[in-house]
Amino acid sequence: MNLDGLLSELERRVPADRLLRKSAQLAPYESDALTAFRSRPAAVLLAERQEEVIQAVRLCHRYGVPFVARGSGTSLSGGSLPVENGLVIALNRLNRILRLDPAQRIAVVEPGVINLDVSRAAAPHGLYYAPDPSSQLICTIGGNVAFNSGGAHCLKYGMTVNHVLGLKVVLADGEVVQLGGESLEQVGPDLTGFFVGSEGLFGVALEITLRLLPKPECYRTVLAAYGSLQAAGDAVASVVASGLLPGAMEIMDALAIEAAEAAVQAGYPRDAAALLIVELEGERIQVEAEFAHLMQVIEGSNPKTVAVAKDDADRARIWKGRKSAFSAVGRLSQDYLVQDGVVPRSRLGEALATIERLSQDYGLRVANVFHAGDGNLHPLILFNGRIPGELERAEALAGEIIQMCIALGGSITGEHGVGMEKRQHMPSMFTETDLQVMAELRRALDPDELANRGKMFPQGEAPALHAHGPHPLEAQGVISRM
Amino acid sequence: MTTLTILAPQCYEDVQAAICEHGRIFVRGASSKPALAPPSVDGDNAALLDMRGLRGVVEYEPGEFVFTARAGSSLREIAALLAEHGQHLPFDPPLVDQGATLGGTIAAGLSGSGRHRYGGLRDFLIGVRFVDGQGRLVRGGGKVVKNAAGFDLPKLMIGSLGRLGVIVEASFKAFPQPPAYATLRVTQPSLDAALTTIARLNGSNFDLEALDLVFEEERPTLYVRQGGFAAALAERQERLRSWLGGGEPLPEPEEAAFWSAGREFTWAPTTWALVKTPVTLSVLPALDQVLQAAGAQRRYVAGAALAWIAWPGDLGHLDAYLIQLQLGGLVLRGEAEWPFVGVRNGASLIARVKRVLDPFHRFPIL
Ligand SMILES: Cc1cc2nc3c(=O)[nH]c(=O)nc-3n(C[C@H](O)[C@H](O)[C@@H](O)COP(=O)(O)OP(=O)(O)OC[C@H]3O[C@@H](n4cnc5c(N)ncnc54)[C@H](O)[C@@H]3O)c2cc1C
Ligand SMILES: Cc1cc2nc3c(=O)[nH]c(=O)nc-3n(C[C@H](O)[C@H](O)[C@H](O)COP(=O)(O)OP(=O)(O)OC[C@H]3O[C@@H](n4cnc5c(N)ncnc54)[C@H](O)[C@@H]3O)c2cc1C
Repeated sequence: MNLDGLLSELERRVPADRLLRKSAQLAPYESDALTAFRSRPAAVLLAERQEEVIQAVRLCHRYGVPFVARGSGTSLSGGSLPVENGLVIALNRLNRILRLDPAQRIAVVEPGVINLDVSRAAAPHGLYYAPDPSSQLICTIGGNVAFNSGGAHCLKYGMTVNHVLGLKVVLADGEVVQLGGESLEQVGPDLTGFFVGSEGLFGVALEITLRLLPKPECYRTVLAAYGSLQAAGDAVASVVASGLLPGAMEIMDALAIEAAEAAVQAGYPRDAAALLIVELEGERIQVEAEFAHLMQVIEGSNPKTVAVAKDDADRARIWKGRKSAFSAVGRLSQDYLVQDGVVPRSRLGEALATIERLSQDYGLRVANVFHAGDGNLHPLILFNGRIPGELERAEALAGEIIQMCIALGGSITGEHGVGMEKRQHMPSMFTETDLQVMAELRRALDPDELANRGKMFPQGEAPALHAHGPHPLEAQGVISRM
Repeated sequence: MTTLTILAPQCYEDVQAAICEHGRIFVRGASSKPALAPPSVDGDNAALLDMRGLRGVVEYEPGEFVFTARAGSSLREIAALLAEHGQHLPFDPPLVDQGATLGGTIAAGLSGSGRHRYGGLRDFLIGVRFVDGQGRLVRGGGKVVKNAAGFDLPKLMIGSLGRLGVIVEASFKAFPQPPAYATLRVTQPSLDAALTTIARLNGSNFDLEALDLVFEEERPTLYVRQGGFAAALAERQERLRSWLGGGEPLPEPEEAAFWSAGREFTWAPTTWALVKTPVTLSVLPALDQVLQAAGAQRRYVAGAALAWIAWPGDLGHLDAYLIQLQLGGLVLRGEAEWPFVGVRNGASLIARVKRVLDPFHRFPIL
């Protein structure tokens, strides 16, 4: 690694005000939204043009310096944590919507475009961009692509990957490739889909072609209160099993309700142990028919109270509470850990009951506010970092929740990614062979492991891995290579 | 030259062993896409894996709307099982009646007209297990509808044509099947008019299950499919009809027959080549001109995102036309040495992936 070589080349090419080197300038980039991790990069490049990104990646490759692409730094898994003494390539200024074609329902954007800005630009045409992470006011499409981010409205039309049709990418060794295109369909391996969710380990997305959807004619938003978290979870399972396909299905527990109320006065019932938001969307006549069906299912799930949004303002209020709940809970406690595991929807009630029990066992408060419709939990574990041992207890509790998700047949992460934080849990989801193949694929795209080095794979990775051993069957003499 | 050894693996270990024991490996499901099928004869030490013995549903909990099945399972049996519980794969996988297998559908990367609303195969495949060219059994993705852990290996298997690995098992999410469907047939005065109508529908908030453009005696005709509760359907269709300014509802038996004929390609002459080409609204006028002039039959499905082309002549000519238009295609039927026509994106990335999954060149080139 020749850091000085890289920096002097960059200094020659980039104006000084866009190549941050001073300690005070670097401080804001030391961590992402998972502030438990910190590390200081050697420099931050504020890129303004795609060419600059390509050039920076090529120089990093030439001088062997690791780099991390960064959008808005809202990652909750340490995904955009800098590599110590590496380069951060900040993409916020690459924020142009290059093309919006309402007839074909696509938008071509640069990676630094803010998620919500795509929907804003599409709105005059009656269109919107469906994936809506709670952070959509600040997070970037590039970050969304890297993490395959989701949101409350990803139940019906899918996560980021379902809405990305094409990509222009600079791979970590400097090659620029075009993947997919403008059609909904493609031929050959789905390379676009393969890049989405690769957590910045393959290279940097420079241009993204997004699919837009027409705004539904109408919504019906139901707010049901339950006497226990488990009952709300069971209600979700019955709605899913009933064959209805809501646009969103979200749960908040008492702690989350309290926090959301304090923050935005959403008018939620205060005495509920859990709230379930179910939203139907589509053509009015169909939605009315579904609504009648939904109310039957909800009534059969033993709710304490049921309310229906009267108008758009009422609906907006319900969603405002939900979307701010996450950061509102954050305000209840200085320190918290968020988990992002997934369980089968039919096991939600059981999973939530287990989390409640663990919370009591560990003596730590846990708030739940999450995408219930696809079984994606978001327990927020509150702790006080100044009390010795509490962080460790919180981490142990988080680990137990993750193990529960795996034991139930789920996943360690639904949308926040593995990043730095969940690296050590990968082996409980994947075999050594699975991880080996993933690592080989990574090195095929990034031979020197420069892009976001140290993320996703357990225990950080040494570039030189052991040579391929024989297949286990070969070792046993069962089979042999010709 | 020797004849190809045909093997019918019964378990995943059989597939691993077959790969490690042979220098060259070809895979076939039900050969419903013969142009993608392996040659009947090849050099030494080559084996053809007939995957149909590796069948059966591994896991299916209807309330979960997720199933896992072995790759040789026929789509027909899967569709029947899902239908018992009012569920389906909404992307309309083609060639169900002709015996297409789950693995063959993934490896060919095919979605049909129903991909219009909720997305294609890529949006419903949530996990795979496959054996790579080194005989390693690899898993990617998972069994829950949402999962961001690890690289998305299932995406690599989509359209991989048995050339990156042998798929042995796959997990899909399923959707509730609409209890009823209704289709409006709308003839159009010209192709331009038809494309304008599609663009208008794209910007509208009608929820359409499918939107196909076909040619009936060269007359562009739109088939617009809605789905949902039967009670609401008639009114929805009428609203759509008046918005479109016309259209004729298809009677019940014809409705289902039209969409199943599309899925099975009964409209395409069996001796002609059959080619899948991803398209966009803006490229269609130029493409259609070429196809019409060549006497090809064609359907533009999923809101004109996907062209199915039945090509009467030499595929080399189609290849040249597609290159001019910067389009790419996949040959499903016909005399083709190489299944791809037209331009291809990302070839260098595919080569990099291929070196990892098939370093000994056991599978055909991709
Ligand atoms: C209309 C029609 C015409 C036919 N014409 C001919 C003909 O001309 N000549 C002939 O010999 N047969 C013909 N057949 C029969 C046919 O070859 C077989 O029935 C069969 O191979 C179809 O399998 P499939 O649909 O599952 O996918 P396939 O068509 O078998 O396979 C599609 C692609 O996927 C790959 N693949 C399949 N399974 C897997 C897996 N598990 N993992 C990885 N890759 C996989 C294959 O290698 C291939 O590239 C015809 C059949 C029909 C319906
Ligand atoms: C309050 C709050 C609520 C949230 N709610 C949600 C939610 O509902 N759903 C959800 O999924 N997430 C949520 N998140 C997490 C986070 O917002 C998402 O992961 C988001 O996609 C990150 O975008 P970003 O622009 O901040 O990316 P960053 O944090 O800057 O980067 C994230 C990762 O993407 C990589 N990256 C960034 N740009 C590129 C690029 N152009 N090419 C390649 N790699 C790139 C980075 O290297 C890093 O690994 C939330 C976060 C917060 C703080």
